[in-house]
Amino acid sequence: MTTQSTAAPVRTQIVVEAPIERAFDVFTQDMASWWPADHHILEGELAEMVFEPRVGGRIYDRNLDGGECTWARVLAYEPPQRLVFSWDITPQWQIETDPDRTSEVEVRFVAETASRTRVELEHRALERHGEGWEGTHGAVSSEGGWPKTLAAFAAHAAA
Amino acid sequence: MARAAAVLVALGDPTRRQVFERVAGRPHSVGELAEALPVSRPAVSQHLKVLKQAGLVSDMAAGNRRIYRMEPRGLQDLRAYLDHFWNQALAAFKTAVEQPPKEEG
Repeated sequence: MTTQSTAAPVRTQIVVEAPIERAFDVFTQDMASWWPADHHILEGELAEMVFEPRVGGRIYDRNLDGGECTWARVLAYEPPQRLVFSWDITPQWQIETDPDRTSEVEVRFVAETASRTRVELEHRALERHGEGWEGTHGAVSSEGGWPKTLAAFAAHAAA
Repeated sequence: MARAAAVLVALGDPTRRQVFERVAGRPHSVGELAEALPVSRPAVSQHLKVLKQAGLVSDMAAGNRRIYRMEPRGLQDLRAYLDHFWNQALAAFKTAVEQPPKEEG
């Protein structure tokens, strides 16, 4: 018997005042201009983020010393509407080498007008990142245990 | 933010909180929950849907039933973290994309 476990994906979206082509371009070819600077696995000063624009391409960081760190694989590339890439990063923010334990990110670009684009992002299959967390069940399901957990969770989410 | 609000809304309803408490205790099917609580099966399903959307429970197919369980704490943390990360990243993306392109020369 096969069982399949699913967790709710993370979904978010934003509307930008830019044509769809430019939005897609900046997202894929100018990632370093917007990617949160404190979220790089690679040590050393970042030289560039490279997005190889094709299915099977890699997304990787390169530092000034020439070191590289590949953290995603391009799974769908349909400019300027859609993009899917793998998320080869563990919850501990390390590179995940087992593709079965990676999640995926889908980004859709929708032209609201000629100069306005809605960007919808879905980060899904998060449960693939591991089953090792289930040991915490007992601790949080005890009487009175969950409200505290949830309060911490809500505070974290709101931070 | 959106996620925290979803959690608060999900647990704001007393019946839904009871459903969640049961599932947090051990995995349950919809039928088991409907039997244990004074709530119809469709109502239980609806409550579970809201809890799942808030990232509090996950479901798993087991034969022809679906088993619901509390989403592991680690997964909740990961979702909250990624939710925050992507909101931060897309806000920065908006700033970058709305800057006028640099002129040549």
